[in-house]
Amino acid sequence: MDKTPMTEPRQSWTFSNSINSEIRRAADTGIYDIRGGGAKRRVPHFDDLLFLGASMSRYPLEGYREKCDTSVTLGTRFAKKPIELKIPVTIAGMSFGALSGHAKEALGRGASMAGTSTTTGDGGMTEEERGHSEKLVYQYLPSRYGMNPDDLRRADAIEIVVGQGAKPGGGGMLLGQKITERVAGMRDLPVGIDQRSACRHPDWTGPDDLEIKILEIREITNWEKPIYIKVGGARPYYDVALACKAGADVIVLDGMQGGTAATQDVFIEHVGQPTLACIRPAVQALQDLGLHREVQLIVSGGIRTGADVAKALALGADAVAIGTAALVALGDNDPKWESEYNKLGTTTGAYDDWHEGRDPAGITTQDVELMKRLDPEVAGRKLRNYLNVLTLECQTLARACGHNHVHNLEPEDLCALTMEAAAMAQVPLAGTNWYPGKPGF
Amino acid sequence: MAKDMATTLDMATTELREVNSTLQAAAKSKANEQYVITNARGSHAMACGLDGPLNVVVKGSTGYYCAGMNKEATVTVEGSAGPGVAENMMSGVVTIEGDASQYAGATGHGGLLNIKGNASSRCGISMKGIDIVVHGNIGHMSAFMAQKGNLVVLGDAGDALGDSLYEARLFVRGNVKSLGADCIEKEMRPEHLEILKELLEKAGADAKPEEFKRYGSARKLYNFNIDHADEY
Repeated sequence: MDKTPMTEPRQSWTFSNSINSEIRRAADTGIYDIRGGGAKRRVPHFDDLLFLGASMSRYPLEGYREKCDTSVTLGTRFAKKPIELKIPVTIAGMSFGALSGHAKEALGRGASMAGTSTTTGDGGMTEEERGHSEKLVYQYLPSRYGMNPDDLRRADAIEIVVGQGAKPGGGGMLLGQKITERVAGMRDLPVGIDQRSACRHPDWTGPDDLEIKILEIREITNWEKPIYIKVGGARPYYDVALACKAGADVIVLDGMQGGTAATQDVFIEHVGQPTLACIRPAVQALQDLGLHREVQLIVSGGIRTGADVAKALALGADAVAIGTAALVALGDNDPKWESEYNKLGTTTGAYDDWHEGRDPAGITTQDVELMKRLDPEVAGRKLRNYLNVLTLECQTLARACGHNHVHNLEPEDLCALTMEAAAMAQVPLAGTNWYPGKPGF
Repeated sequence: MAKDMATTLDMATTELREVNSTLQAAAKSKANEQYVITNARGSHAMACGLDGPLNVVVKGSTGYYCAGMNKEATVTVEGSAGPGVAENMMSGVVTIEGDASQYAGATGHGGLLNIKGNASSRCGISMKGIDIVVHGNIGHMSAFMAQKGNLVVLGDAGDALGDSLYEARLFVRGNVKSLGADCIEKEMRPEHLEILKELLEKAGADAKPEEFKRYGSARKLYNFNIDHADEY
């Protein structure tokens, strides 16, 4: 007898296996999921833009002969000693504590060989990174862990962190597993406790106060150091305008794909704007104030390729910063550790429990044995190579558009593949001369 | 220069940059020189970033961040101090003859901040080893997330004292309006009385250690526990 036809089993889009799995995890543990990294959801990104290239109306530069400059000067507004970088790619702030000493050393080595800067993070400045970073940006964070005037003076620039893309409006949590004696000592905390990084600065509350705070820092450092202000991608037009008002030399704007060492997944995935959506409002704010290029803009959050770099510059940034990509270049999430990722219940490319300190690659850990897996010299060379590739790719695209400096890239060099990207980047949808919101339509 | 001769810097005629660079250079020379700042008129960031045994007297009240990040120097304000006085101080002595505004001694790592009057809210926020003595009262949320050091209050404390406290010690002689999350009253043992005695003497405070109560961390929030979520 024939079987009665059955309705094919149908999975719910709303209650997918992934969602249900998270519900079960929450029910078992009673706590939200904490992880590292940035937003993993698909959002409009640089992949949704294309360069038009030169043709009848544009004159290209010869790729292997004609010069395309990549140098960047940061901090020209007020600082006596602006930073000169050879390439428009910098290393974003990542803390010692979240990262091992070897990883910080490798970042410093790679960045210095490539002619760019690296950045401290929560937890203060280590000898590893100062010693190996030709140009080091010292982060001034709400926690002020390890903050002292000597390190302030031996920094090449100071970055006041107001927020970051992974968690605009949020602080941080470094779990006890990573609070070793050295990390605890630098942070003036007991060993092994969960260390909270405050979400607000302890001694100022708004841009008017921040202006005075910047005055104090400049007075302490003889007005030599460029002062950066880092903001998460929340309200980029107003945040950038207020940062200018507060006296920033440089603004670092970090979109939601920007990584964190440890934050609630719900925060990472549901707060903040995609990097692509942040750049044009930020540039518009600078232009409205007559400060575009006088206050430099560094964009971060999901930069992976030279194309990403070139597109960010074309939209008006002066430089980009990389964090997650730099860690991958060092060896994070490398397939050679697949069996160990499996033991941790994950797989290559998905490992994000950086806060637990059990990183098989020896990067996001304070475990002495795991740390030994990362050779800072080898990893530093890999980072140098990667930075060089980013730069070469960016130059290739700039030459194709006819530019002899990567800063000459402009929105007119771009088109968008999707309506969303066209709206966010304010460049025409491919095949049209229109983007959503364009005046006159 | 003889140690008892003071150099006067008049802020009516001298720019802040010149005042600070003069003081910073003098501190670096480690010569124990004396400076007097007149016509302070609430200027911000005065006498900040000093790194050496200098003696500075400010005639009048100061704005934000006076004596910020001080190392070794002795700074006396003969008036009141604006927000963030002696913020992130590393060592030395900063004395405020009048009152101090909010965030006094914020994130300080060492030295003594001696406030003869009252201190506003968030006094000693995130302190990391500094000693703070307040002869009057302190405002709400003082010693929030305080990590190390001692906060001594001869008067009363406002709401939420020591919220999310780490290992800083809090000594209050008067009333505490309320304690913050994870802050509790603790036993005053002989070693605490000794610390307190020494601090009161250093600050020239007219009080006996036995008159104080000690507050510290219950350490329940040191490692996240879902059963303590209501505390946050």
